[in-house]
Amino acid sequence: MASSLILQAKNLTKIYGENVIFRDISLDVRKGETIVIIGPSGTGKSTLLRCLNLLTRVNSGQIFLEGREITAPGTNEDQVREQIGMVFQNFLLFNHLTALENVMLGLTKVKKLPKEQARQKAMQELSRVGLADRAGHYPAQLSGGQQQRVAIARALAMDPKVMLFDEPTSALDPELIGEVLGVMAQLARDNMTMLVVTHEMGFAREVADRIVFMEKGSIVEQGAPDDLFERPQHARTREFLWKITELYGKKEKP
Amino acid sequence: MSAFLELFLRFLPDLLSGAGMTLLLTAEGLTAGFVLGLLAALGRTYGGKLWRSVSIAYIELFRGTPLLMQVFMLYYGLPGLGITLSREWVAFLALGLNSGAYQAEYLRGSILAIGEGQMLAGRAIGLSRWATIFHIILPQAIRLAIPAWANEPVSLLKSTAVVFLIAVPELMAKAKAIAAKTYDPIGSYLAAALIYLVMVYLLDALMKWSESKAVIPGFESEAKRA
Ligand SMILES: Nc1ncnc2c1ncn2[C@@H]1O[C@H](COP(=O)(O)OP(=O)(O)O)[C@@H](O)[C@H]1O
Ligand SMILES: [Mg+2]
Repeated sequence: MASSLILQAKNLTKIYGENVIFRDISLDVRKGETIVIIGPSGTGKSTLLRCLNLLTRVNSGQIFLEGREITAPGTNEDQVREQIGMVFQNFLLFNHLTALENVMLGLTKVKKLPKEQARQKAMQELSRVGLADRAGHYPAQLSGGQQQRVAIARALAMDPKVMLFDEPTSALDPELIGEVLGVMAQLARDNMTMLVVTHEMGFAREVADRIVFMEKGSIVEQGAPDDLFERPQHARTREFLWKITELYGKKEKP
Repeated sequence: MSAFLELFLRFLPDLLSGAGMTLLLTAEGLTAGFVLGLLAALGRTYGGKLWRSVSIAYIELFRGTPLLMQVFMLYYGLPGLGITLSREWVAFLALGLNSGAYQAEYLRGSILAIGEGQMLAGRAIGLSRWATIFHIILPQAIRLAIPAWANEPVSLLKSTAVVFLIAVPELMAKAKAIAAKTYDPIGSYLAAALIYLVMVYLLDALMKWSESKAVIPGFESEAKRA
């Protein structure tokens, strides 16, 4: 029995003004699956993730979350986003709140949990990313790696059905990348459903169930990591993989 | 010198009651101005078409014309519209409206400086647009606005002097009355000036103190280093 579909994108097209960012993209995400999206920059990967959690509206196509169409008119978009976690390249922690308060905010203001219950849950999530001892620190008092782990905890606290990661380690100093990838690898082992845009090929190879290669607004090919890395079907995929190992090869490490 | 001291002490109760009115007008004007400024800043950055246009018109109108003209327009204009208000009310209204236009721009500047990212992050956990504005953006924007905003209380306090022209009994009006009574304009205005100086000094100290209270740990030092 194939595990159930959580997120399904059908023929998504996104246009900014005159620019077609991507056209006719379809993607199925199954429960517990970790999908890594790779591709050159400017290809529409970030835009695709933002369309999936309705931060940006697609021009055409449909998105289904657990079988329910979330692109349908009248959908409560806030409720959809509550169920889809997102982690950004530049962390985007709430700067005026401590790590703990960052994680608690969604619990008290969106889920309307009582304060004490929210605090307990938030502490659990901080422990999960190894930062229980930094609960009282403000974002500016944390390293980039710690900030990104708090951002992951903040998203996890909402008990999302899917987690979207948009180049979560691209803004980090090389020595801080490992701690964030470590947390993500653990999440994957815990069967979180994840969609990860990254240039970290080591992580992609070891953690992903499927790799999707995107270029110029379309999915060129996708497949299991071994297939895609060892036997890419398209010249463009080969070319990209060759370039990316040149660029990032030295520091890759999950 | 002793003549001045004598005048100062003799009219001190009068001067203090004027200073009291000055402080009251300042406090009222600041408060009303904060509410109006917040509404206008939000309207200009996040509002729909109507709210936005009204905010822009309000801000431009009140920053682009002299305060004294605004006072006179309200004082002579409102009765024509069938609204009669006391002098104090006209003064309060004019100062509030005027200060609001300036406060709106301080707040708008800092709202824009917070950036789109915080909005994205708020929306991404399921907060609505306005919930994000209130829980995430405004708390940061107001803190960020404080250093620039801190000039407003002092500036407004000094501006209140113009309302003596519609005979509101504030410090300037009292000084003028004392000058007429004693034929000593220099002494009278000097006495008022001293009291203005003391008030400005205290207000400044209060602003510095609240600035220090609003610091986000680790954040300000980062901002200063950058
Ligand atoms: N808000 C926007 N308005 C107009 N163009 C945009 C906007 N956001 C992204 N783009 C454009 O869309 C293209 C894809 O961007 P992006 O999704 O960030 O690519 P990637 O994440 O793969 O690097 C880029 O050419 C970018 O300039
Ligand atoms: Mg991107």
